[in-house]
Amino acid sequence: MSVAVGSKPSPSEDLRNLTLSGHVGFDSLPDQLVNKSTTQGFCFNILCVGETGIGKSTLMDTLFNTKFEGDPASHNEPGVRLKARSYELQESNVRLKLTTVDTVGFGDQINKEDSYKPIVEYIDAQFEAYLQEELKIKRSLFNYHDSRIHACLYFIAPTGHSLKSLDLVTMKKLDSKVNIIPIIAKADTIAKNELHKFKSKIMSELVSNGVQIYQFPTDEETVAEINATMSVHLPFAVVGSTEEVKIGNKMAKARQYPWGVVQVENENHCDFVKLREMLIRVNMEDLREQTHSRHYELYRRCKLEEMGFKDTDPDCKPFSLQETYEAKRNEFLGELQKKEEEMRQMFVMRVKEKETELKEAEKELHEKFDRLKKTHQDEKKKLEDKKKEIEDEVGAFSKKKAAVQLLQAQQAGSQSTKKDKDKKNSSFT
Amino acid sequence: MIERPDSSSASIARNLEGYVGFANLPNQVYRKSVKRGFEFTLMVVGESGLGKSTLINSLFLTELYSKDYPGPSQRIKKTVQVEQSKVLIKEGGVQLTLTIVDTPGFGDAVDNSNCWQPVINYIDSKCEDFLNAESRVNRRMMPDNRVHCCLYFIAPSGHGLKPLDIEFMKRLHDKVNVIPLIAKADTLTPEECQQFKKQIMKEIQEHKIKIYEFPDSEDDEDSKVIRKIKEKMPLAVVGSNVVIEVNGKKVRGRQYPWGVAEVENGEHCDFTVLRNMLIRTHMQDLKDVTNNVHYENYRSRKLAAVTCNGVDATKTKGQLTKSPLAQMEEERREHVTKMKKMETEMEQVFEMKVKEKKQKLKDSEAELERRHEQMKKNLEAQYKELEEKRKQYEEEKMSWEAQQRILEQQKLDASKTMEKNKKKGKIF
Repeated sequence: MSVAVGSKPSPSEDLRNLTLSGHVGFDSLPDQLVNKSTTQGFCFNILCVGETGIGKSTLMDTLFNTKFEGDPASHNEPGVRLKARSYELQESNVRLKLTTVDTVGFGDQINKEDSYKPIVEYIDAQFEAYLQEELKIKRSLFNYHDSRIHACLYFIAPTGHSLKSLDLVTMKKLDSKVNIIPIIAKADTIAKNELHKFKSKIMSELVSNGVQIYQFPTDEETVAEINATMSVHLPFAVVGSTEEVKIGNKMAKARQYPWGVVQVENENHCDFVKLREMLIRVNMEDLREQTHSRHYELYRRCKLEEMGFKDTDPDCKPFSLQETYEAKRNEFLGELQKKEEEMRQMFVMRVKEKETELKEAEKELHEKFDRLKKTHQDEKKKLEDKKKEIEDEVGAFSKKKAAVQLLQAQQAGSQSTKKDKDKKNSSFT
Repeated sequence: MIERPDSSSASIARNLEGYVGFANLPNQVYRKSVKRGFEFTLMVVGESGLGKSTLINSLFLTELYSKDYPGPSQRIKKTVQVEQSKVLIKEGGVQLTLTIVDTPGFGDAVDNSNCWQPVINYIDSKCEDFLNAESRVNRRMMPDNRVHCCLYFIAPSGHGLKPLDIEFMKRLHDKVNVIPLIAKADTLTPEECQQFKKQIMKEIQEHKIKIYEFPDSEDDEDSKVIRKIKEKMPLAVVGSNVVIEVNGKKVRGRQYPWGVAEVENGEHCDFTVLRNMLIRTHMQDLKDVTNNVHYENYRSRKLAAVTCNGVDATKTKGQLTKSPLAQMEEERREHVTKMKKMETEMEQVFEMKVKEKKQKLKDSEAELERRHEQMKKNLEAQYKELEEKRKQYEEEKMSWEAQQRILEQQKLDASKTMEKNKKKGKIF
């Protein structure tokens, strides 16, 4: 889808109005545009929100006159999930890529507080995908398959009284993100008089709760009238059926009851035809445009503001895209560098800490060993002293011993001489 | 070249039984586009006197250029200027805001080097404006002032392209849709024209100049028409808004003594072809090619410059498929992993060093312990030795002393006996 371009120039520009003196031929421009769109094919995405069994699939089948695949869902889903299916349809020479998104399990849980969340997430995800594509450096928007939801059919249960609180909560969450078209489902269970009251109740509840539903555009003369007349009948009470019943001499889509036949395309029986007119034949393009120029732009604006983008700097001078990106990038790089520095600093500190710790331990160790060494020295000295002592003693003893021995030897010697003398002497006698 | 949409997917389209109503979509689109109105910016470039103003007036059947609003050739400036005039024209309920951009002074100086630069600057600045408007946070309806088509006027020399022509087209062909025209074609005979055209196309191919190409059509009829147009390129045009009567018919043409050169006569010149192609059939396509090809090229070049900061080319190829923000996100994630890795590495190194140091400390402690033990043992041994020695000495001493005592005793006894004997008088 191309970017929204307008051509109503500001009156301040020097614009001359000129008359043509003949047929130039640019009145074919709308045809050129239409030809291009037709060749490319159109694309439309509908989201159906409603309780299990309320008739979403049947209505889709009826609206698009074809049997879409899919088995009916059970009531046992643990949460709400969205199922999207795409179909290629063709009517005369117009090709339409239709995507129907179903909310499976909606309204089945006991606690329905978070029921709306998967729906909002899905819608946002489609916007996000488009935004990402739009922001790419090398992008191809003209053949991008647009998956954004263009219309949300909200199925209201035909209680006949009022909206359920789940309905109000969900619609309130969705009204700024998607075009909501509320419809009363299974309208063949409401009698005509009750229906009118039901519709007014619903509309007033929507207004009093500030729910913004899709407004059929009334600014173009060609469609203003029909849109205005149809708007009076909102919300449309619809009946869906893919079965055909013989009415008169024609086969028509209807539901057969013992008390009569509800004809889907009979405007007295239900508003199906009105819904088809409004949704498809008259306003399909407007729904797409609103999605792109209002809902998507809002999403984009919020997202960009979240990321810190502004249109003007503090001095109110407009930023060019390049400046913005450069500024962001520099900021980003600065941030990264700071983180790196921080981490390094932390490590340096730890290293220092540990170093001091270890140094302390080392010092302690040295001190311990110095002490031990000293003790050892003392011991050694004591030992030395003792040794000396012993040696002195031994030395003294030896000397003494030696002296005594000498003395003894002398004595012995003299004695022996004496004895010898005696012996000698005695021998003479 | 613009990627034309793939229409082969139509084969799996379901045909619907019964009326749905989306066949009315084209009408809805038609309605909305008429309500919005259309815009188109056409640039005319060429030396003065080539009939540019006359041609524009003829194409749009209006006095865009007049005495009050003179054409570029009447507004010769010292340097090349790029000027625009905006007009609003209506036809059949369709409103068109037409902007004509002309370049007075182009190619008229003696030295025409870089006379294309103001043109390039103008085109780029319009793209820049659009890019900035498109990138704002708060976007409104943006006027599309980008140049959708550039008509380049070639002087009817009959020989070939001038160096200025080649240079200009080479520089502009990837910025804007260039449609070369042979101006004042009524100075060439059909044969000369044919020859001239062939020569020009040959030179265009030689220099690899990409002029605007008509898209092929699926429709056979259209394809035939398109092929015919392609054979006539470059179109030789004659312009005039003067109405002359020829054979009872009122035609627009140029009156010569030898006859009338009719503007809308296909045998006289290609004016009708140009008008039909430019306005009636391909105006939208010119805008699409500008938007999808030329503008996108400008945009990706501009944004790549911002985000890649001129790093090596191999790296930028992959980065171009992302938006700058997504790229920053990825860079951030990369950085986080890098930091984590760095952190673990640093942690490892730190642990290792600590372990080492601790081990060293332990070792030296063990060593010292060991030595201390050894010394202690040594001391103890010495002690023991000493003890032994002392013991020995003590024993020796004791035994010797005992011996001495015995000897002493003996001596004493002996001397006592001697004394006795002396007394007895036995010994003298």
